Amino acid sequence: MSELSPSPALEVQGVTHRYGSRIALKDVRFEVSEGEIFALLGPNGGGKTTLFRIITTLMRPTAGDAQVFGHSVRDAPQAVRRKIGVVFQQPGLDPKLTVFENMIHHGRLHGLLGSTLRNAADALLAQFGISDRKKDYVETLSGGLQRRVELAKALLPRPEILFLDEPSTGLDPGARIDFRNELKRLRSETNTTVVLTTHFIEEADHADRVGVIHEGDLVAIGAPDALKKEVGGEVLTIEAGDPESLRAKLEEMFSCEVRSVDGSLRAEMRDAHAAIPKIAEAFPGEVRSITLGKPTLEDVFINETGKRFVDADEDLPEAHKS
Amino acid sequence: MTPYMLCMGTIWQREIVRFVRQRSRIIGAFGQPVLFWLLLGSGFGRNFRYAGGGGEGYLEYFYPGIIAMVVLFTAIFSTFAVVDDRKARFLQGVLAAPVPRSAIVLGQVMGGATLALLQGVLLLIATPLAGVPLTLEAALASVMVMGLIGFALTALGLLLAWRIESTQGFHSIMNLLLIPLWLLSGAVFPVAGAHPLIGLVMQVNPLTYGVAALRRTLYLSAPDAVANLPGLWLSVLVMIAFGGVCFSLAVRTAERSEG
Repeated sequence: MSELSPSPALEVQGVTHRYGSRIALKDVRFEVSEGEIFALLGPNGGGKTTLFRIITTLMRPTAGDAQVFGHSVRDAPQAVRRKIGVVFQQPGLDPKLTVFENMIHHGRLHGLLGSTLRNAADALLAQFGISDRKKDYVETLSGGLQRRVELAKALLPRPEILFLDEPSTGLDPGARIDFRNELKRLRSETNTTVVLTTHFIEEADHADRVGVIHEGDLVAIGAPDALKKEVGGEVLTIEAGDPESLRAKLEEMFSCEVRSVDGSLRAEMRDAHAAIPKIAEAFPGEVRSITLGKPTLEDVFINETGKRFVDADEDLPEAHKS
Repeated sequence: MTPYMLCMGTIWQREIVRFVRQRSRIIGAFGQPVLFWLLLGSGFGRNFRYAGGGGEGYLEYFYPGIIAMVVLFTAIFSTFAVVDDRKARFLQGVLAAPVPRSAIVLGQVMGGATLALLQGVLLLIATPLAGVPLTLEAALASVMVMGLIGFALTALGLLLAWRIESTQGFHSIMNLLLIPLWLLSGAVFPVAGAHPLIGLVMQVNPLTYGVAALRRTLYLSAPDAVANLPGLWLSVLVMIAFGGVCFSLAVRTAERSEG
């Protein structure tokens, strides 16, 4: 890090973590700039949650360090905790307390009190449209509303950087979009840096930059569009009556790799649009539909890892396995 | 108010609010010991006379022991809450806040001790029923001792709860460690009449001194009835030391916890 440039919001410096003999993270390093919305994308079981617990100071890495605005999670966890707001994947609210009581409890843990705290809590509840539920027990709120309370709670101490672990899990599509818009508004109004983990490709698509994590390795990092451009060309998705025989014929015809993914065929090629009429003419009875698309982050993942984007077999969050 | 006090205070307050809102906990921590006392106390009633137990009936002898049990159960139930908090992942949010772990543990211990003390006070109302000659001074001194025992036992419970993953795990600890701790504290039978080996265990059991302190304060106006017990100040000092050790060990455990 240069002395002149300001510290990045988050700098992960060669973090390695082992649970016994199992390696969860391998020398992961990246930076997130202030005001950025950064998504860590990867299938469950790939190491995201471990990394999340390290950068939120709950767990010490086996090796390496991470700095939040220049404070080390290893040496100065209290200083880091003063900078961060955290929304965990599992609900961090007390269901037996009301929405407002949860807010007050959290605010006091961060040194806020009295009317300053009450006013700040009221303002945030209003901002998230949950003022009318203020006196209700948290256990009576829907999952989507609880998420909003979580976010409001995390923002109470005015963190400079917000960490969100799988914020979309358990939300219906509408609530997901609302939540995403809240984050964007937050960034534009207060320049809050946002770091989130996700295993939803479309969620990562909305981030400024994405880090793709697979089996403990950071396999790709960059803006979603730039990453997709690296995959190159266009993607054809073909539905066929007998995909396996068609796959062989297509590979021969275009001399490129055609993958069979979930019963449909996928091929990446430079001029895929020009191939459409050729395929339609050559195999009129066999093709049910042809779709032309730009590469997605899933294609990026397949390209970097040679594997499909699926969740690893995992019954428990990694945190329980230590 | 300093951030430390604020943090401790809000955790303390939450422990009490949660307790009040969970009626089953009140029944578990209070109803069960009282039921035990009435059933066992009147069942043994006049059939039993203990060596060194003075001239009182079992209902009277067992009464301070039941106060100790209420305090123990309340402490255990509040430490259950900590295991639950960890399981529900509520604790993660607390641990990621910029607060010293000792403030968190102190808030939890104070919460448990307050609840134990309040339940003990409630039980004091039954004193006439037990035949204990209670005076105002004796009542006040007893309440202070209850708070002290509550503090020590909650700290002991937390020391375990911060390590244990499941409530089932805590149940076995409770049956294997905490209940015997109470059984061998002079709460159920006096040291004097016990098998020498058991008597030895009872003499090194810190809770023996807690129960002794409680008996001495309850019988403040009639010290002859408890003359063969450890002295009041020795008992109080042992409880303070025990509570202090458990508390600092609980803080060390919490400092290493990853939520």
